[in-house]
Amino acid sequence: MENDKAYLWSHKDLLDVTQLSLPDVTHILDLAASFELVNQRPVKKVPTLKGKSIVLFFAENSTRTKTSFDVAGKRLSADTFSLAKSGSSISKGESLQDTVWTLQAMNPDVIVIRHSSSGAAQFIAERLQCGVVNGGDGWHAHPTQALLDCFTLRRAWQGQFAGKTLLIAGDIAHSRVARSNVHLLTKLGVNVRICAPRTLLPAGRQTWPVEYFDTLRDAVKGVDAVMCLRLQLERMLDGLLPDLAEYSRRFCLTPELLSLANSQAPVLHPGPINRGMEIAAAVADGAQSRILDQVAAGVATRMAVLYLLAQRKDGGNK
Amino acid sequence: MTLCITNARYLGALVDVFVKGGLIENMIQAGHHKADAGTEVFDAQGQVLFPSFIDCHVHLREPGYEYKEDVASGLQAAVHGGFGAVMCMANTKPVNDCAAVTEYILQAARKAFPQGGPHVYPVGAATVGLLGQEMAPLAELAQAGCVAISNDGHSMENSELMRRVMEYAADLKRIVIDHCEDASLARGTHMNEGITSGMIGVKGQPDVGEALHVARDILLADYLDLPVHIAHVSCKRAVDLIRWGKARGVKVTAETCPHYLLLDDSALENYGTNAKVNPPLRTPADVAALREAVKDGTIDIFVTDHAPHAAHEKECPLDEAPNGFTGLDLALSLTYTLVREGFLQEADLERLWSRKPAEIFDLPVNMFAPGDPANFFLFDPEARWLVSPETIYSKSCNTPYAGQELRGRVSAHWLEGKRIF
Repeated sequence: MENDKAYLWSHKDLLDVTQLSLPDVTHILDLAASFELVNQRPVKKVPTLKGKSIVLFFAENSTRTKTSFDVAGKRLSADTFSLAKSGSSISKGESLQDTVWTLQAMNPDVIVIRHSSSGAAQFIAERLQCGVVNGGDGWHAHPTQALLDCFTLRRAWQGQFAGKTLLIAGDIAHSRVARSNVHLLTKLGVNVRICAPRTLLPAGRQTWPVEYFDTLRDAVKGVDAVMCLRLQLERMLDGLLPDLAEYSRRFCLTPELLSLANSQAPVLHPGPINRGMEIAAAVADGAQSRILDQVAAGVATRMAVLYLLAQRKDGGNK
Repeated sequence: MTLCITNARYLGALVDVFVKGGLIENMIQAGHHKADAGTEVFDAQGQVLFPSFIDCHVHLREPGYEYKEDVASGLQAAVHGGFGAVMCMANTKPVNDCAAVTEYILQAARKAFPQGGPHVYPVGAATVGLLGQEMAPLAELAQAGCVAISNDGHSMENSELMRRVMEYAADLKRIVIDHCEDASLARGTHMNEGITSGMIGVKGQPDVGEALHVARDILLADYLDLPVHIAHVSCKRAVDLIRWGKARGVKVTAETCPHYLLLDDSALENYGTNAKVNPPLRTPADVAALREAVKDGTIDIFVTDHAPHAAHEKECPLDEAPNGFTGLDLALSLTYTLVREGFLQEADLERLWSRKPAEIFDLPVNMFAPGDPANFFLFDPEARWLVSPETIYSKSCNTPYAGQELRGRVSAHWLEGKRIF
């Protein structure tokens, strides 16, 4: 699984894709490809991280990401422990600082954190000796999602990133998935388009290395992949949108709109999907959908990340 | 008892200052007059002499938040920062919206310096509980010792109420200081809205929220022909409006803080809670506009907006942290960097930190004329010091400069001719 002998993983934490070099990304994706084979065996388990402890600290509701990390850890034979917000000291008003010290005292090898505050993963990483994986912090970053999207696109595009065009459609402003994907895919040479109503675009977007579209029909023309983002119902309550029906009329990816993309262009969605809202059921279930492939890629990619961080303490990853 | 400070550098010239009975007797060129026998002589050895500064915007936190600061610790920070007087805002617990709280604060100040010390001038709440609904008893507050009126910490959303407060306060010869912020545009925000907020995924506050209320206040002041004072101006849009108002003859005055002249919102790119303040640090273009406004007089005065918070309150993710910087200990060291850069002169600092604040709020001030109160301090511009909880006198060290070395510090301070430290 190691081609470049000179390569060495050097990061204590994975907080955002911005910290990764191109060799880091390639290494993670190659490692994920080898773990993907494990996941297809009758016995889906390797002893690689036997005796290692991984804490899943999810201070924000999550089912799929948490399960994905849990499965990834268990398939590497690590012990995984969950700490959820409800029923924990977090809901009793304990500060993140105090939670951090409590976690440290348990001496885990890796902590995966999901938190509603942007910067929360960095906050705990600065205070802990163990490796920290950002499982999503506020609107800021979701590096393992971007890596698994990258893994999925690499396969769909047969390893070619440079010169490809990806459209990310939906709520960009409040999306950590969008931020991490913009960083990672532009780093790989992909042209990124974003499409959303202006109320769902981030401040300072003029400095982002992306092309902006306000109509989906224009945005989707000739792209090599489409990523739809989940629309959160609270955006309507925040006054950013008039109503959901209008949103879906303007921004739902229908089979007809998808036909304007390059043929075979894969369709991605970080899930959970709102059928008929940002993505038509016929597209979500259609031949170009890679949504379930993303889930499988998620386990493999997270196995790679957990492996790299948990092994690092032992002096390298060979 | 008489006192002579010799060899002090005042606005570039070496001077001797003679003090008698707590008042300035005279200031003359150094070495031209020998002190009489029995005069206490203090050799300033060429250190910089300033009249005591007046900070028209601080939060002393007492009563109610003594773990952040109390009147005694806040005043220690003040005198060690060069301030002989502070105006403290009303957002204590309980709020300073009645005479009992005003008197409590004044009493705490007397207790802190029983032999006489820095002046505390409370600012009375504009509305009951600072809730923005009913006018507070402004005459009662004025009589108890409040020198100005403000809803600081909260915006005045109700323009009708703002108008009535300005009118009612005018009869009492009190100026209204307005914290300008449109609540709907500021709700749920943690920093300036801009490139950094978009990049790091934090909800930002657009500067137009501040400018909207600045515009409203200037138009009200114009319409009513009454004064209004704009608190902690942070952005170019607000500066442009104030400049327009002044050119039109509106009685608008304005303040800004050292941090708006020295820092921009990129200071938050790593989620540093010590850089979280309200109004938020804006963009480099705003910093440039504010500097120009300070130089040309559009901004009348400097204030610290001293807002101490305990360490544990800032040890959290950005969106959970309270707003504000400790400021009294650092103010002169920070603003003197503008002199060092050649952007301002020492005379500008004296104007911005002392003469103009006294003029706007009608407070006693030392201009080194015979009979002025002998309030002054010496500043060693070369002293280097590390900003830390151990080196500052405020109870809290919540500042983006924590852990950094600053240049220049107050070395001695006299109030009414008596050495405070």
